[in-house]
Amino acid sequence: MMAQLQFRDLTLGYDRHPAVHHLSGDVAPGALLAVVGPNGAGKSTLFRGIVGLLKPLAGTIAGLKPREIAYLPQIADIDRSFPISVFDFVSTGLWRTTGIFGGIGAAARQKIAQAIAAVGLTGFESRGIGTLSGGQMQRVLFARVLLQDARVIVLDEPFNAMDSKTSADLLRLIEHWHGEQRTVLAALHDMDMVRAHFPQTLLLAREAVAWGPTAEVLTADNLLQARRMCEAFDDTAATCQPQQRSARAA
Amino acid sequence: MIRQALIDPFSDFEFMRRALAAVIALSLGSGPIGVFLMLRRMSLVGDAMAHAILPGAAIGFLLSGLNLFAMTTGGLIAGFAVALLSGLVSRSTGLKEDASLATFYLASLAIGVTIVSVKGTNIDLLHVLFGNILAMDDPTLLMVAGNATITLLVLAVIYRPLVIESVDPLFLRTVSRAGAPAHLIFLGLIVVNLVNGFQALGTLLAVGLMILPAGIARFWSRDVTPMICIAVASAIVSGYIGLVLSFQTRIPSGPAIILVASLLYLGSVLFGRVGGVLPQLFPGRHLEA
Repeated sequence: MMAQLQFRDLTLGYDRHPAVHHLSGDVAPGALLAVVGPNGAGKSTLFRGIVGLLKPLAGTIAGLKPREIAYLPQIADIDRSFPISVFDFVSTGLWRTTGIFGGIGAAARQKIAQAIAAVGLTGFESRGIGTLSGGQMQRVLFARVLLQDARVIVLDEPFNAMDSKTSADLLRLIEHWHGEQRTVLAALHDMDMVRAHFPQTLLLAREAVAWGPTAEVLTADNLLQARRMCEAFDDTAATCQPQQRSARAA
Repeated sequence: MIRQALIDPFSDFEFMRRALAAVIALSLGSGPIGVFLMLRRMSLVGDAMAHAILPGAAIGFLLSGLNLFAMTTGGLIAGFAVALLSGLVSRSTGLKEDASLATFYLASLAIGVTIVSVKGTNIDLLHVLFGNILAMDDPTLLMVAGNATITLLVLAVIYRPLVIESVDPLFLRTVSRAGAPAHLIFLGLIVVNLVNGFQALGTLLAVGLMILPAGIARFWSRDVTPMICIAVASAIVSGYIGLVLSFQTRIPSGPAIILVASLLYLGSVLFGRVGGVLPQLFPGRHLEA
């Protein structure tokens, strides 16, 4: 089967410093993949690369166009002081059909209402997003992803600072997407949740430490190695030479 | 008596009617622009831009004297140049928008003051700095109205990407390429409206009709659309009362208009429904849920 996303020797980073280093691998269509790793392991960077916010320093990401992927950013990236209602905010998920000028008709309004209902926020439509709690805002973001109706969904730490009820509700949505054969990638920190709900795992520490069935990836040895590999950002690091790497690999 | 004070100046004198028409047109353009400036935390960017316009206007003045059309064209060119250059620099390097704009506007302001002081007189400089809304001729008035119309039409076109870019710029970048052009066009609209206000209020106060009404609106609404309406309405009210005030007293028209807007702003800070001082001091008993 054709892979949904293919990474080929992918290096992503900032100011030439790699945050994701020489990553290769395929994500199969319909996969439910957890991306785990310590802070600074490159999880968010990888996601930014996938959705086209960051150009690779080297290597390629093939498969879908970035525009066909729904992306749930970390809440911190959103200006919640902007005066916009929950309904209007969620409606931006319809961008692919409305574009800049397209109107939002009765059918679309119903879709938006359904998405808001699906995340349990019915009654909050006219509230400003600035008045929501962290958990409610995360539900709003999920509603927008729901509307985007994308084949591939990329969730950046969706359960950070969520209580168990919110996590459980949102997890059900993710499993629902998995049931619809959508491809879901999620950056996570809760290893118990990963073991219980995510069949595939990528353990990232700049480089891929392990990638495969969750039980084989989340071993004590692998996790320890991942923690060791997240060394500091080195301003004086030498230029990465492809020859050296293949020599090291051999 | 009241009619004499409030209506007669306009029914008796054509220059007052022209001034009122100009200030209404200005308000229609500057109101929404100011609201977006404020919501995008760019209020001081508007201020910097106002200074950046100066060299263009000064060159226009050198070439054809106190001709508003020439000065406006020059101002537009200088403003667009600074807006585009700083926008491009901040988008293609890591430099923040405010920092890159500050560097460009300071250079621009220095050039402008140099030009005016080498070639012009002090009276010229005063006119450039404070404008004169009571001397609106037909071409100028048409230009002010035309610019306001263009502003509203263009704003309608870029409204959706502009709003989304303000709330969640990363999301917009994942679904569309419209973000960067919308931002640059918005910078252009700021320039158009500054130059517009510049003839009526001068370079220093033109930005007042953007920022003050937006500040007022923030205290009365939590939603963008009503906020824009309130901003426009309070700009028009300030313009009208300011004109009356300047007609009845010896206060020049530009400062009078901005003073009235400032008083409205002060009132909003004190009594505003959304986050005003008094409603915060005396919020009433808390609700049940």
